[in-house]
Amino acid sequence: MTLIWLIIIPLLAGIAAWTSARYSDLWPRWISLAALGLEIAILAVLWLGHSNPIAPGEYSTWLATTNLKWVPQLGIGFSLAMDGLSLLMVALTAFLGIAAVLCSWTEIRTSIGFFHFNLMACLAGIVGVFLATDLILFYVFWEVMLVPMYFLIGIWGHENRIYASVKFFIFTQAGGLLMLMAILGLYFSHGQITGVYTFNYFELLGTSLPEWPSLLMMLGFFAAFSVKLPAVPFHVWLPDAHTEAPTAGSVILAGLLLKTGAYGLIRFVLPLFPMVTHFLATPAMIMGVVGIIYGAMMAFAQTDLKRLVAYSSVSHLGFVLLGIFASNELALQGAVMQMICHGISTGALFILVGMIQERTGTRDLNFMGGLWTSIPRIGAIGLFFALASLGLPGLGNFVGEFLVLLGVYQAYPLMALPAALGIVMAVIYSLRIVNRAFYGPSDENRIIHDLWPREAMVMSSMIFMILWLGLFPQAALNIAKPSLKFIREKSGIRLTEKHYSLASFKTLANLKRSKNR
Amino acid sequence: MNGQELLPLLPLLIVSVFVVLNLIVISLYRNHQTTALLTGLGLVLALISTLFIDKSTPQYVMPLIIVDRYSIFFVGLILLAALMVTLLSYRYLELQKESRKEEYYVFLLLTTLGSSVVVSSNHFVSFFLGLEILSVSLYALIAYKAEDSLGLEAGIKYLILAATSDAFLLFGIALIYADTGQLEFARIAPMFDSGHIGFLLPGLGLLIVGLGFKLSLVPFHMWTPDVYQGAPAPITAFLASASKGAVFALMLRYFTKIGIHTNNSLLTVFAVIAVASMFGGNLLALLQNYVKRILAYSSIAHFGYLLTAFLASGNLAFSAVTYYLAAYFVTILGAFGAITALSGSKAEPDLIDSYRGMFWKQPLLGGVFSATLLSLAGIPLTAGFVGKFYVMAAGINSHLWILVVSLVASSVIGLFYYLRIISVMFSKDLGNSEATGSDMTGMAAAGFALVLLTIALVWLGIYPSSLIALIQKIVPNPA
Repeated sequence: MTLIWLIIIPLLAGIAAWTSARYSDLWPRWISLAALGLEIAILAVLWLGHSNPIAPGEYSTWLATTNLKWVPQLGIGFSLAMDGLSLLMVALTAFLGIAAVLCSWTEIRTSIGFFHFNLMACLAGIVGVFLATDLILFYVFWEVMLVPMYFLIGIWGHENRIYASVKFFIFTQAGGLLMLMAILGLYFSHGQITGVYTFNYFELLGTSLPEWPSLLMMLGFFAAFSVKLPAVPFHVWLPDAHTEAPTAGSVILAGLLLKTGAYGLIRFVLPLFPMVTHFLATPAMIMGVVGIIYGAMMAFAQTDLKRLVAYSSVSHLGFVLLGIFASNELALQGAVMQMICHGISTGALFILVGMIQERTGTRDLNFMGGLWTSIPRIGAIGLFFALASLGLPGLGNFVGEFLVLLGVYQAYPLMALPAALGIVMAVIYSLRIVNRAFYGPSDENRIIHDLWPREAMVMSSMIFMILWLGLFPQAALNIAKPSLKFIREKSGIRLTEKHYSLASFKTLANLKRSKNR
Repeated sequence: MNGQELLPLLPLLIVSVFVVLNLIVISLYRNHQTTALLTGLGLVLALISTLFIDKSTPQYVMPLIIVDRYSIFFVGLILLAALMVTLLSYRYLELQKESRKEEYYVFLLLTTLGSSVVVSSNHFVSFFLGLEILSVSLYALIAYKAEDSLGLEAGIKYLILAATSDAFLLFGIALIYADTGQLEFARIAPMFDSGHIGFLLPGLGLLIVGLGFKLSLVPFHMWTPDVYQGAPAPITAFLASASKGAVFALMLRYFTKIGIHTNNSLLTVFAVIAVASMFGGNLLALLQNYVKRILAYSSIAHFGYLLTAFLASGNLAFSAVTYYLAAYFVTILGAFGAITALSGSKAEPDLIDSYRGMFWKQPLLGGVFSATLLSLAGIPLTAGFVGKFYVMAAGINSHLWILVVSLVASSVIGLFYYLRIISVMFSKDLGNSEATGSDMTGMAAAGFALVLLTIALVWLGIYPSSLIALIQKIVPNPA
């Protein structure tokens, strides 16, 4: 039942925030913060309760599960389950949710109640996506997070918001409907084989299907997830949506919504279609590599700071796609690490851009410069997150990208080479932000306030997280380990056969890792 | 024919009695409120009476009418729709300068009666009779605002085209009769299995033309946008829900009986019509600037979606169509209900631009309208999603891949115009739109109807199993 509360709390808080807005502008903000705080507390209890199990030695993948009936006639259940991977993702959701509430404290001044309702409803949908183990329930949450985000962009966004919000909605909905088709296809083929018609994830695992239908269904899922991720030909909605969204919207989009795509690939595509993932692996990895390089090049060419960060996301998420389809232990761990760190660092960058825009009234790099003299603290933070984004060792993003490259190199060395170039290119565009925005001659007349305490709090906690993940990544990796093992068990049979000497790679990797230490 | 036989007809009889009662009351005491109340009372009584009919076995009233769970379900649905339309119409008529408000309700009860006869018919005679009662009173209702040239145009257009399509229908019936010597649906159906063709197929072809017109499927859809736009909003709601739904429900029952899934030529014809309706409706809607016209084209597309499930076979398809129809009733009544509630004494808000900023001026009505649009677009947590999900499931189960893929592709196209309306409503820039819907006349009744419809919309979206359980009981011929 705890899991249901994780979804209900933000939803109720959203409704409460909406209704309380008539009394004061502060109520919605505090209610949202309280709800997200409660969320983190529940997660902590769940995790601590798990780490000292009653029966030591018996190590379960699933921390908690909930199974309720929903539409029994069609085999749809309200089933939720949490493993280490979901725990990390939900924790990230709550953390970035708090950051989103705090960063919109002064930015959002109209319809505050409705804004927070949408924000919390979107977060509830995201938590649902990370927890659902019934495919229809998953699809419902997938769409539930979409509608409030559409409103967030369409109502509180910048100049071109309507265009961006509609484009975002249509792209994701088109991918989603293809996934719905695939879900239904899976449901009926599973039903015809076993006689049990169900949408339950665990029962659908291990359905043995003929190759062709299975391949088509996998492509249906892949369509939805690669639009959300976004993989390169399907990324065109992203720069617009990120740029036009209000800061909180960008944080949630980049930090969380993109991660649902990656999560879906790990949770559903790999284990549900073990027999055919190897068909997709090479094209998907090529998409990943193209994304890394293309995203980096586009990022370099932007003058709109928000657009720059948006394209850098395309580049960073390319690593995630690469890692997921390399599918060995290292690469998957790297992908998860990259998901978390990218969520935090890009979220921070968007908040930073929001802060600069609030102070200077522009996002255009051509009109910035010399900000360091007037707002040195913001400048320093900007430098920190630019370094995180370019993958400086010691910061979380480095761990993610390095592990991905390591894993990919073992399985597909030819993919790893161009992907590694992406890190070099990240240096170029990341330093360009610092160079153009903060250095250079300053406009002396500008009198703007440096960091407010509220902003300092958000930023320092994000810096702390990135440092922690960079210096002690093992804690996070350990949490995700059993879930990744479960997924590799379900999906890995064919892959290990194909990559005949995975075992030897593993020893090699261990060697390398011990050297690194 | 004795009293026992008449009992199953109770809902129809009650409606007829209230038609007469209304006429008498109007001639003695002309008062809008009294007539509206009387109409509502009649519909509620008819609804209650559906609960008391023995549903264990199908009962026939002569060979003409069949009363079983299936027909009672749809009669109930039509009565509910009529009740909602009555509640909405009160406000609409109060705002009109039209002096004769009362006869409207007589026609409304008559169309309700007609639709109910259509869904319960078991015989071409009763079917045609029901259809005529339905459409003749609709002519009057569509053109009810006598000073409004758009309304008159719509009424005449509907009259001429409906009469033409009736001619097709009659010719089809005649051909079928010439071949089989039967007018009873149940007896015609077996003729198909015997492999005998003759005049049957051409007859059916003509029948499909007639039905296609009533359901406004492409290429028989030309009248739809004009009539939707010209008719009073509550009447458009009735036209879109009950009158189309009744014809579709009947078609579902008997076309599945004659086995369209095994007949390749029929299957092809319907599949082509379905794909054309989905794409035609959704693409043409993109070009419109009037909200009611957009909804008209969207309804064309929605009946294309419905045909997908209709062509799938088995119990799943049956419950899919029924669920979809129920969900569509709720949604489209809500949408036109919101338009009714938003209209002022001058005119209905019609141009998309007149909805600018509606959400901020009229948060509740704007919210309801957005919810119905999202439901039409098939977004989860609304009735429309479960309906679309069901239809897709039925299509995939029967391997109708072309239809399902067209459904997905065309509903993505459809998103454009639904989002367009929603975006305009949420726009902060209030522009030059006049304040509409500020007139509170009759808002209590309309508001009540809208609240009920919204609750139903969300309830069916979140907890569909209650209705699904009911629908699974009413499947008339379990496969």
